[in-house]
Amino acid sequence: MKKTRLLTFGFQFGALILALLFTTAVLLLAGAPPLQAYLYIIKGSLSSITNISNVLSAWAPLLLTTSGVLITFAAGLWNIGIEGQIMVGAIFTTGALRILLNSTVPTGWILLIGFLAGMVGGAFWAVLAGILKTFGGVNEIFGGLGLNFVATAFALYLIIGPWKRPGIASTSGTLMFPDILWLPTLPKLQFSVWALGLGVLVVIIVYFILRGTHLGLRLKAIGKNSKAAFLMGVPTWQYSVLAFLLCGVFAGLAGAIQVTSVYHRLTPGISSGYGFLGLMVAMLINYQAIWAAPVALFFAALNIGGIQLPIVLKLDSSLSGVLQGILVLFVLMVEGARQRLFKNR
Amino acid sequence: MLHQDPLDFPPMRVIENFILGSVGGLLPRQGIILRDFLTLAGQFGFSLDPEAYVDSLTVGERQQLEILRLIWLGARVMIFDEPTTGISAAQKVKLFAALRLLANQGETILFVSHKLEDVEGLCTSVAVLRQGNLVGVENQPYSTKKLVELMFGKTISVGERNPCVRDEVTANLSNLMIEDYRLKVRDVTLDVQCGEVIGLAGMEGSGQGLFLRAAGGMTHTVGGKILIDGRDLTGRSYQTFKRHGVAFLPAARLEEGLVPGLNLTEHFILAEEAKGFFINWDKGRLLAQKRIKDFDVRGTPTNTVESLSGGNQQRALLALLRDPLKLLLLEHPTRGLDIESVIYIWNKLKDRCQTGTSILFISSDLEEILQYSDRVLVFFSGKVTPPLEALTLTAEKLGELIGGKGWPKST
Amino acid sequence: MNSSSILLGLAGVLYGAAPIMFAVIGETITERAGVINLSMNGTILLSAMGGFAAAVATGSIILGFLAGALIGALVALVVAFSSITLKQSQVAVGFVLALLCRDLSYFLGHPYISVAGPRLAIVPIPALGEIPILGTLFFKQDVMTYISFVIIFLVWFWIFRTRPGLMLRGIGERPAAAFVRGANVNRLRYIYTIIGGAVAGLAGPTFSLSVKAGWAGPLSGLDGYGWIALAITIFGGWNPFRAALGVYLFSLLQWLGLVLQPFLPSIPTQVLQVAPFPLMILTLLLVNISDAEWVARILATLPERPRRFTIKLLRTLRASPPASLGVPFESE
Repeated sequence: MKKTRLLTFGFQFGALILALLFTTAVLLLAGAPPLQAYLYIIKGSLSSITNISNVLSAWAPLLLTTSGVLITFAAGLWNIGIEGQIMVGAIFTTGALRILLNSTVPTGWILLIGFLAGMVGGAFWAVLAGILKTFGGVNEIFGGLGLNFVATAFALYLIIGPWKRPGIASTSGTLMFPDILWLPTLPKLQFSVWALGLGVLVVIIVYFILRGTHLGLRLKAIGKNSKAAFLMGVPTWQYSVLAFLLCGVFAGLAGAIQVTSVYHRLTPGISSGYGFLGLMVAMLINYQAIWAAPVALFFAALNIGGIQLPIVLKLDSSLSGVLQGILVLFVLMVEGARQRLFKNR
Repeated sequence: MLHQDPLDFPPMRVIENFILGSVGGLLPRQGIILRDFLTLAGQFGFSLDPEAYVDSLTVGERQQLEILRLIWLGARVMIFDEPTTGISAAQKVKLFAALRLLANQGETILFVSHKLEDVEGLCTSVAVLRQGNLVGVENQPYSTKKLVELMFGKTISVGERNPCVRDEVTANLSNLMIEDYRLKVRDVTLDVQCGEVIGLAGMEGSGQGLFLRAAGGMTHTVGGKILIDGRDLTGRSYQTFKRHGVAFLPAARLEEGLVPGLNLTEHFILAEEAKGFFINWDKGRLLAQKRIKDFDVRGTPTNTVESLSGGNQQRALLALLRDPLKLLLLEHPTRGLDIESVIYIWNKLKDRCQTGTSILFISSDLEEILQYSDRVLVFFSGKVTPPLEALTLTAEKLGELIGGKGWPKST
Repeated sequence: MNSSSILLGLAGVLYGAAPIMFAVIGETITERAGVINLSMNGTILLSAMGGFAAAVATGSIILGFLAGALIGALVALVVAFSSITLKQSQVAVGFVLALLCRDLSYFLGHPYISVAGPRLAIVPIPALGEIPILGTLFFKQDVMTYISFVIIFLVWFWIFRTRPGLMLRGIGERPAAAFVRGANVNRLRYIYTIIGGAVAGLAGPTFSLSVKAGWAGPLSGLDGYGWIALAITIFGGWNPFRAALGVYLFSLLQWLGLVLQPFLPSIPTQVLQVAPFPLMILTLLLVNISDAEWVARILATLPERPRRFTIKLLRTLRASPPASLGVPFESE
């Protein structure tokens, strides 16, 4: 047992090395100095308090989305619609905040209601995808994609239409919310402890759900063999929809965080790709919740670190995406190679 | 080689299946090939529509297509694996005529079967294999007794039976009609008594599978009523049936009955009614250990189910069933199992009958049907016999009915 | 709107549909062999950028298109290798590649943003171009649009009328049966996946060297077309003609969005532009509805005549995938 563990780790480390080699090759192809690029990424994420707090800011929504897709993956579902779920969560949160903006409700409560609204929004969007799949036979990949597009369209409509800024409508988003509606942050820092705390809490919750509850076990049964789970008495479609709902709740929370503590308004790009990134993190950690937090942190750091690149080296910040993508790809391929070479599944 | 389930392409047409795999130019010569096809079909007396889709054909017709194809490609030695399973009596007659014709043309035919009647009627010589060894070669004329002795090492007899039927009725199935796109099961009426065992006999795909699943609420019926313990459950879901004491065990143990990747403890926890939100792993392990002991499953609570042997998987499936049950539906409960497991499993099933559980089971083993059933229903192309008393049913009569012979004219 | 501008608009629909046509036809080939290439979105972006860069660097449009096809083939090779030889999930690998190739295209394409590049010219066909209506629609287009017309027929002919095409359908439906008939299933799957990828790789350059000339990175508006192409492949029932119908329908919806804009001032342009995407994907609902168990239950309650009629109707809409799509083949 130990030997296979060691072997697996060895192979995964090899994947990391291969990923770095590939990215270096890409950098050279672009005519950029690789070592400098890596250094700037590291500096961009670790070198100052501001940078570190940005990384932590990015970590929170990623923790939420990763946890959410760990639930849907357990049930054997590819919840590609998660980007739309974040978006609709953000829309609902913005809506709630706008309605309560000028009321007498204390700000703490407004924020709380905003978050609840986000959860409802994300859950609603996710359940739609679930219903399309269980009752309409629409593969959740395409149903999710379609709903992603619809969510984006809806957000655009609101931003340029009913919720537009006074004066000229702008696709950069709605009017910013006043300071009091910003999620409280630590003094001088950009990031909110509340958001991070929420993220960590959700990861822990998901870890325990998957490890020690009937819910988790049933989801896993459905994911591995839904026919057998059905015969054993697990209400399969209900649990599938429940998996979507839970993921939607977490995605909606991520959207709420983006609205209240990062952008402070609704923008068309508010989901920032955290949904897809969460899917990648989940694949990378082989769906083991225990690794979610550190790997999500690593990916968040890469994202933030990459922001520097256009400024200092005139490179596109998508380099982070390249590194993330190639890492997951190589880990998948290396795992396949290991299984093939050692005939062990 | 002609497999039991012919390796053809169901969504494609007959003529396309015929051409696929043949050597030739880029563009197949449709006219010439069609002519060859029809000529060959005529020679053997097969009537196949070249434009029909293969998934609408019966197993017998698919076999015919495959024979034509293999001949057309120039096969000299042909191996037939259990070809008479799932075809009608009329089709069997055609098949045998075709095989004799082929033999006369100089083909070598290897006919793999466990059906004595077929083998005796068709083959010029018989090689009997038992457990991987060649135990004897016989030539015509054959002595059935000798063949049976070679096959089993002893003569078959139906052993002692101990029925435990009570008077109360568990399930009333009246005038059931079940349809799927290929088959229609018409007008089945059956009253199942407590503790009774009903055997469902017939070729694969004659409707007994559909009927069994309908009895468990897994397939919808297009007519008729199902009452379990007096309650009308017609049209309700499997989960409802389950709540009223009905359980179904599929034939495909690993594909449909167990969850590969989860261990035995997890299975037992899943199968029980969940109490509370968190799993009590200790209780679960104890339960697993108890059940494993009760059912003599060779495995530990932490073994994953795919690591168990077939017999142990079936025992595990039985162990997962709730207690007590009103109606147990078994799809080929002892398929592929060794004698020891078969006897053990039936003992356990009989125990359940003693406590009042009724059993409906499908089997393609005539001995099993005759040995354990109180009554038997025979299925053939969607037609169903009225329930027959097993005591008065002979093996010959059962075989005949399964093959489509001896049915009353009205059905 | 007068009739000649409608005609030109419709010609534009055919012109704009050409890139997606390549993507959908390419994916149809791949999926007929039983492999899903989910990376399409990334492939289109990467081949668009790569094709553009190659054309700018060498000054040759032809090389640009070849580069695009090569990129498509390489990405498809990675998908094939990971799923056929390494037996990893096709969905997982395809998805990662979709994101990776997109980011690669943005990163490597950065220097090419707002660079002027070559562009395909409209080449009217001499006599045919003068035919009223049909001439403007079909025979006054650019080379790639002509090729997009031809390729529909070519691929259909290959799949449904030739011997090797029959085998292609075989390996997608039931590889075990194809195997016993002498097919080297995995090798054929590699070949068809790569060919499908190469054809799909023509989609990107058709954008960046013709329909949406130039490379604008994340602002190019190309992000998303790959997913649509995958959906249209399903809608098309893995049949090139039906797929072409889906592609033209989508392109038409996009054009209608533009045309109807002045009549619907309250709806922002972006929304109308995005609208065809979810519409096409929701048509997938119709395509699979007949298989749902609850539908079967409802149908069971209908009397015989309407039941049979409805079943027949639903079955014609049905698009059944090649039965072994996404399932790896093991020869025992």
